[in-house]
Amino acid sequence: MRDALSLPSTSGAGSVLTESLRTRTVLIAITFLFLGLFLVLPLVAVFVEALRKGWGVFFSAFADPDARSAISLTLTVAAIAVPLNLVFGVAAAWSITKFDFRGKSLLVTLIDLPFSVSPVVSGLVYVLLFGAQGLFAPLLKAYHIEIIFAVPGIILATIFVTFPFIARELIPLMQEQGIADEEAALTLGASPLRMFWTVTLPNIKWGLLYGVLLCNARAMGEFGAVSVVSGHVRGLTNTMPLHVEILYNEYNFVAAFAVASLLALLALATLVLKTVLEWRFDQDVAG
Amino acid sequence: MEIRIDRIAKEFGGSKALDGVDLTIGSGELVGLLGPSGSGKTTLLRIIAGLEMPTSGSIFFDSDNASGWTVQERRVGFVFQQYALFRHMSVFENVAYGLRVRPKKTRPHETDIVRRVASLLDLMQLGDYGRRFPAQLSGGQRQRVALARALAVEPRVLLLDEPFGALDAAVRKELRSWLRTLHNKTGHTSVFVTHDQDEALELSDRVAVLNRGRIEQVGTPDAIYDSPRTPFVFGFIGTSSRIAVTIAGGQVSLDGSILPLTPAALPDGPATLYVRPGDFTVADGANGSIHGLVTVQRRIGPVRRIEVAVGAARALVEIDIPAHRTFEIGKPVSISLLRAAVFPEAGGIEPVCVETALMPSVLPLHQPSRWHA
Amino acid sequence: MTQTLSVEGPLRPSSGWRFVKPSVLPGFNIAFGYTLLWLGLIVLLPLAALVLRASGIGVSGLIALASEPRVAAALKLSFGLSFLAAAVNMVFGLIVAWVLTRYRFPGRRMIDAVVDLPFALPTAVAGISLASLYAPNGWVGSLFAPYDIKIAYAPPGIAIALIFIGLPYVVRTVQPIIVDLEQDIEEASATLGAYRWQTLRRVILPSLMPALLTGFALAFARAVGEYGSVIFIAGNIPFVSEIAPLLIITRLEEFDYRGATAIATIMLAISFSALFVINLIQAWSRRRFGDA
Repeated sequence: MRDALSLPSTSGAGSVLTESLRTRTVLIAITFLFLGLFLVLPLVAVFVEALRKGWGVFFSAFADPDARSAISLTLTVAAIAVPLNLVFGVAAAWSITKFDFRGKSLLVTLIDLPFSVSPVVSGLVYVLLFGAQGLFAPLLKAYHIEIIFAVPGIILATIFVTFPFIARELIPLMQEQGIADEEAALTLGASPLRMFWTVTLPNIKWGLLYGVLLCNARAMGEFGAVSVVSGHVRGLTNTMPLHVEILYNEYNFVAAFAVASLLALLALATLVLKTVLEWRFDQDVAG
Repeated sequence: MEIRIDRIAKEFGGSKALDGVDLTIGSGELVGLLGPSGSGKTTLLRIIAGLEMPTSGSIFFDSDNASGWTVQERRVGFVFQQYALFRHMSVFENVAYGLRVRPKKTRPHETDIVRRVASLLDLMQLGDYGRRFPAQLSGGQRQRVALARALAVEPRVLLLDEPFGALDAAVRKELRSWLRTLHNKTGHTSVFVTHDQDEALELSDRVAVLNRGRIEQVGTPDAIYDSPRTPFVFGFIGTSSRIAVTIAGGQVSLDGSILPLTPAALPDGPATLYVRPGDFTVADGANGSIHGLVTVQRRIGPVRRIEVAVGAARALVEIDIPAHRTFEIGKPVSISLLRAAVFPEAGGIEPVCVETALMPSVLPLHQPSRWHA
Repeated sequence: MTQTLSVEGPLRPSSGWRFVKPSVLPGFNIAFGYTLLWLGLIVLLPLAALVLRASGIGVSGLIALASEPRVAAALKLSFGLSFLAAAVNMVFGLIVAWVLTRYRFPGRRMIDAVVDLPFALPTAVAGISLASLYAPNGWVGSLFAPYDIKIAYAPPGIAIALIFIGLPYVVRTVQPIIVDLEQDIEEASATLGAYRWQTLRRVILPSLMPALLTGFALAFARAVGEYGSVIFIAGNIPFVSEIAPLLIITRLEEFDYRGATAIATIMLAISFSALFVINLIQAWSRRRFGDA
């Protein structure tokens, strides 16, 4: 098959498969302008605003103990939510792609559900469950367990919004790979666990990393759902995005953008890693 | 319409896909471009269509130089290997497409479009399938829709790229004879590309054999099969065995013994002998011109084929014998040549092609002589 | 997908209803059980709580709460602007996807990576950045301020935030379809006499339509529920620039769980309808055009 991407660089009338040079130039210009205005400019603005008053003021934003506790809470939440969703993602993808059972497509739809739920609603459902007027309120009160307006609520809401990420990356990948490799391992006498570690996992490692990367970015950056369940207690239940909001609403713009710039760096790192992984993945597929 | 291809060359990033090809396709003729993959046959077809532009050379449609015409201006009917049907259009709309995209001035009236599409679908025995979508058709049906779509624009020439390549063997055979009948009925000047020699020989008025961007030989199927003019054509069409020989003073010899061949003026030096499996006679003992040992024998359809190791180099030659005869494996036999072609290696890359006549005395009378050298 | 995991045939006696096809591979029970358990606890149980609450209110109660002027205004704003933003993204997303897959130019790989920025950048960061850019004294806002055009703290600002977060959905849905377009389809169109624009309009655009609509629906669904990137730029004035998700939070802060639940239920219903429509589109196009 011819490579659909490398169009023939033929001269003259041979440009059957592409537009005129003028059209191409205009479309490329539109792409640059549109993406520049809508995507790049806001990213640049974050760093410019953060450094508006110099590096000293920028760094002093992180001297604030509230900022530090926000950073550590965000890292904690991601460190709990991502591994849990990782285990879930592998289990779900394993059962969905390697076996044939009834109601499979329903299960896939249900796993995707959190993607189509508004972050605010994602937070709300936990308030309805564990909040002061929630279904489980009497139970929680009796045992003095706090979920809403506390760290467990933040973790739950984060798990909810990042729920499908890893499963979603793995399912199409493992579907494509089929079960031949695993069957081969079993016929060669591998134990189930050994088969998983030596055959399945190496096959999916890039897809898995890719899913973890996206899951982590969302977990650290989630705002709406966390905002509903957090209660915004400074130093206790403020994640980095929530801390950005508080600073911004207090007109402490430089500090707000300083913390925001850290999150923007996270986003940039995610994009770079993602590009690298995609490249690696293409290499794997090609090789 | 006649198509004249004049010294067409095409380079892709330094490598030559076509290297100075000349070919004239007569009006109403059905010509097959035959060659292995990478021989440049598809590139040549795409250049005729205007889908690729040649690096140099010209294309003439009758007396008009069409080299500068765009693909839209050439009005060719092109049938793609994978059909390239428009998935989101019904069969009817696929066939009508070429008429609908015409500028207002030359676009037929809607009723004429409907009529023409309907008659084409009838011609293709697809009368009831107009409202179906390509995904709902079998491979053979899709192929016929692609053909109908190409014919709908009343093309000057019909170009088919591996027209049966994506079909299974049974459908292939059926469509092949059907296409021949259709060609006889419609009389379009047609060119098709194939790597299947049976297909090329059965379907074409003339066959052009391509290799490495050059045309090795053009001729009727009989000429191509019976009188291959180059070692490549000899090797590519049908089965043949190769024996390394030496030419000295106009005599062909194998391991020092002179073979009873009378070649025309041949340069001295090493050469290769090409022989078809049916062009040997085999006998027990040692009174033939070549000696060898039987290594394998197996039944192939109506004949028995034996492999004999000949000469000091133990070159394996394949020989067809009547099915009722058998030889013992490992037994010495002597072989005589009924017909053969010698291609000297002088010059190395481009062998001088010489067809040899046989010693008339060697030709048994009961053996039908297909070759007249 | 040509390959299938099922083995159908006379070798396997049909022993009636069976939940899972027998397989030599290990671990179905534990993996499947864990999947269901986790799905139930994290996703289904909380959503069931919402449905339970909503059923307590009843359909007529929901309608009454939704037609309350402030709620109706917020819903109208959210859905209207989301539709607008998704439509803008459908047009520009198509152009971006086309340019990225079909043309070669310096900076293409970087541009391709940048498209995912809205996925990676936390919404609150995007929100404050967009607000500062489009505020009357911001880089972009100051260009419009002299003409009395207000972008931030007004509906146009909301639309801009929704365009920001929706773009990658369209691009990433359409891009693989463009890559998979077979070259010979375009060549076939040309040999039949179609000029490039006719090929684009009559052959390529219809082939991309299912993906474009899917991308539109995804961008729309995301925009309707979007909160973080919008609230900073929106202005949040009731009846003017207050979006539905914000109103949910306002209701919660007033401890009006009924009101919050009602709005959430309506939004959820709309999102699920969008999801359902996507599935319909894809099922339809698969059935009709093969593996589209």
